[in-house]
Amino acid sequence: MLALFARRAVQAALILLGVAAITFVLLYALPADPAVLLAGRNATPATVASIRHQLGLDLPLPVQFWNYLVNLLHGDLGRSFNQKTAVAPLILARLPATLTLMAAGIAIEVAIGLTLGVIAALRRDGVVDRLVMTLSFVGVSTPQFLVALLLLYIFAATLGWFPMSGYGTPAHLVLPAFTLGILGAGWYARVVRSAMIEVLGQDYVRTANAKGLSAPRVVLRHALPNALLPVIAMIGIDIGQFMSGTVVVEAVYGWPGIGQLAWQAIQQVDIPIIMGVTLVSAFAIVLGNLVADLAAPLIDPRIRAA
Amino acid sequence: MLKTLMRSTALAAALALAPAAALSVALPTPAAAQAQGGDIVVTYKDDIATLDPAIGYDWQNWSIIKSLFSRLMDYTPGTPDLVPSLAESFTVSPDGLTYTFKLRKGVKFTNGREVVPADVKYSIERAVDPKTQGPGAGFFGAIAGFDDFTAGKATGLAGIETPDADTVVFKLSRPDATFLHVLAINFSSIVPKEAVEAAAGDFGKKPVGSGTFVLKEWVIGQKLVFARNPDYFVKGVPHIDSFTIEIGQEPLVALLRLQKGEVDIAGDGIPPAKFLEMSKGPDAKEMIVDGQQLNTGYVTLNTHIKPLDNVKVRQALNMAINKDRIVRIVNGRATPANQPLPPLMPGYDTAYKGYAYDVAKAKELLKEAGYPDGFSTVLYSTNTDPQPRIAQAIQQDLAAVGVKAEIKALAQSNVIAAGGTEGEAPMIWSGGMAWIADFPDPSNFYGPILGCAGAVQGGWNWSWYCNEELQKRAVAADSMSDPAKSAERVEAWKKVFIDVMADAPWIPIFNERRVVAKSKRMGGEPNIYIDPTRVINYDAIFVKN
Repeated sequence: MLALFARRAVQAALILLGVAAITFVLLYALPADPAVLLAGRNATPATVASIRHQLGLDLPLPVQFWNYLVNLLHGDLGRSFNQKTAVAPLILARLPATLTLMAAGIAIEVAIGLTLGVIAALRRDGVVDRLVMTLSFVGVSTPQFLVALLLLYIFAATLGWFPMSGYGTPAHLVLPAFTLGILGAGWYARVVRSAMIEVLGQDYVRTANAKGLSAPRVVLRHALPNALLPVIAMIGIDIGQFMSGTVVVEAVYGWPGIGQLAWQAIQQVDIPIIMGVTLVSAFAIVLGNLVADLAAPLIDPRIRAA
Repeated sequence: MLKTLMRSTALAAALALAPAAALSVALPTPAAAQAQGGDIVVTYKDDIATLDPAIGYDWQNWSIIKSLFSRLMDYTPGTPDLVPSLAESFTVSPDGLTYTFKLRKGVKFTNGREVVPADVKYSIERAVDPKTQGPGAGFFGAIAGFDDFTAGKATGLAGIETPDADTVVFKLSRPDATFLHVLAINFSSIVPKEAVEAAAGDFGKKPVGSGTFVLKEWVIGQKLVFARNPDYFVKGVPHIDSFTIEIGQEPLVALLRLQKGEVDIAGDGIPPAKFLEMSKGPDAKEMIVDGQQLNTGYVTLNTHIKPLDNVKVRQALNMAINKDRIVRIVNGRATPANQPLPPLMPGYDTAYKGYAYDVAKAKELLKEAGYPDGFSTVLYSTNTDPQPRIAQAIQQDLAAVGVKAEIKALAQSNVIAAGGTEGEAPMIWSGGMAWIADFPDPSNFYGPILGCAGAVQGGWNWSWYCNEELQKRAVAADSMSDPAKSAERVEAWKKVFIDVMADAPWIPIFNERRVVAKSKRMGGEPNIYIDPTRVINYDAIFVKN
């Protein structure tokens, strides 16, 4: 167990180093001189030189990379070209919003997905099953912006049940979290359904049924826990994805998360912010997978043994 | 030397230049007549960048910085007319090399300390200092000692003197007729040294000034709250009690909220998809503000690249473009242009008709120039909508006269880099990068983009156009700092720009107007929501009773 953790942690560190190297190259793949971008169109050559010196752009490339890594380890992600301020606080200030939305989104998709998946598996090939599978298919293939705008238009603009945009109260969270949850639930429903069907066909389930256990007890106590493994892995992936990939939802609902910051930075070619968000997202994805890898043996003793 | 001094009021009057007719909108009524009070909400999609006046230089923070700080000079709201602000009065020496300002007495920074002449010297030196890394240093090039200071040979600007408790004297190394405008731009905002030092490099997040508003709260990524400065030195200004800027708001959602009354100004304007619906709505008149800006969109014709080095070819291309059709691409939110200056700018020639759209004549001129079958060239454009569509319209118009233009739609920084590299880009559509004047003076539209000094590696004169004779006349015009000659100076500039058009280094395409959506309760003329020198003028807007 500990050896597994150590191995995974080393892998994670190597992946992050690789991402750091790639984002560093990104800065130098640019045609334009970052110092000129920072200085603006009326800058004097003295100003540009001063910026170049302060950013350390006049140093040899390996030295610059080393400095960059050292700064990263100190939590310094550089200064935004556009906002002219340190990047790390910008990302840090937006973390709570992103984490809140991520947690709420995952809770909703898991709740909906699990319920529908189990029901569909129990009513396999019936009307309910077909309905669930069709809905989940629609769910996974509908673009986020469409659902986001529809929910916003119906429940906020027309009915006025929820605020249209912003952050701060639980009411603000409902629509963005449901947008993520409804769309993500389809995946979970499909995965849970097939895992459940497989488990329901196992001998021990038949034995449990034969013992005369009540149906809910068989499903919830004997079958479901064994069908949960893929769900844990999916949550791990979603943690990573939602940390970086809720751009559309955040943009539509004015949710002040990292995705919104990234979207804005991409449009403004604000490289230091793009680099910072990329690193943080990579970190989240690695962390999410790490958590999933470590949670699996806790749930399934067979993995623990291996 | 200072014998024929003029009182500031006389100078201000002289500077209230010609374009009053072009403005056509009434000045806001005096402050007392307007309703006081009200808390309003303004939305933007993007974060607000730094509020440090020595560094901030984009269209969002420009208007906020204007209101957080005060400067020696300012403009009458909604107009390009200069008036003294923090200065109570000023005088200019006859040779145009010495400007003497008397400060208003008793003006206080919002930290409670009185504004003194040393603050003026400190603030402008700070804007020029390469260590500040501000984009505005170049504006102050005429102040004596500028070169020594920026080269690190001096510790300050020798040309700024503070002889007594309420006087600041600027000594220039060359006459600069735009100098009063320079003292009105954001980079000339007066800041208290102790607050800058206390903020330790983060003054942009903790601004302290002596303007109409104070920053009360800044929640990163969410909102900024500004409250009126109760001690502002003009009584009755501003009119609103506070404004909150909410950021991260999609323009479409912002408009829905505006229609529900949750938002007062949708700062990003109206997306094309919503424009028709809103403009047909019953409240369109009260909610849509449409105003001119000091901007011109143009196509540069590179005079260093064949066959565009031939003036007849350039004139022919000027006749080949159907500008009305291009205006339709931007939903009619622009006016076709025929000269470099925008109509709001002093020196705009209303009598000049430009090159009319005439395909037959264009073909004829190309034939005369030796290109009866046209030629192939490349047209650069930025790659964000609607710029590539506009470039395509230009491409089609050029094809109609036999010119095959390949479109290169690139990221903005790549287009700027290509434009500033000699012999690289034959034609560039300036959309998305178009020159918006920093201050309402015609010289701002010549030097960097049409003058010889801009035709250098990394410069903004993408036509690489350099007419020595016009250059001399431009320099002469900018030396006329005697206020009595300001009309003559504008006339001289007007002729320079019309003569530029004879050489046809540009195809002027249109002057884009800006559209802002506001709630019905907001009062005031369009020109204080789209103020030529500040965009939204927070000092002048008000909530109706």
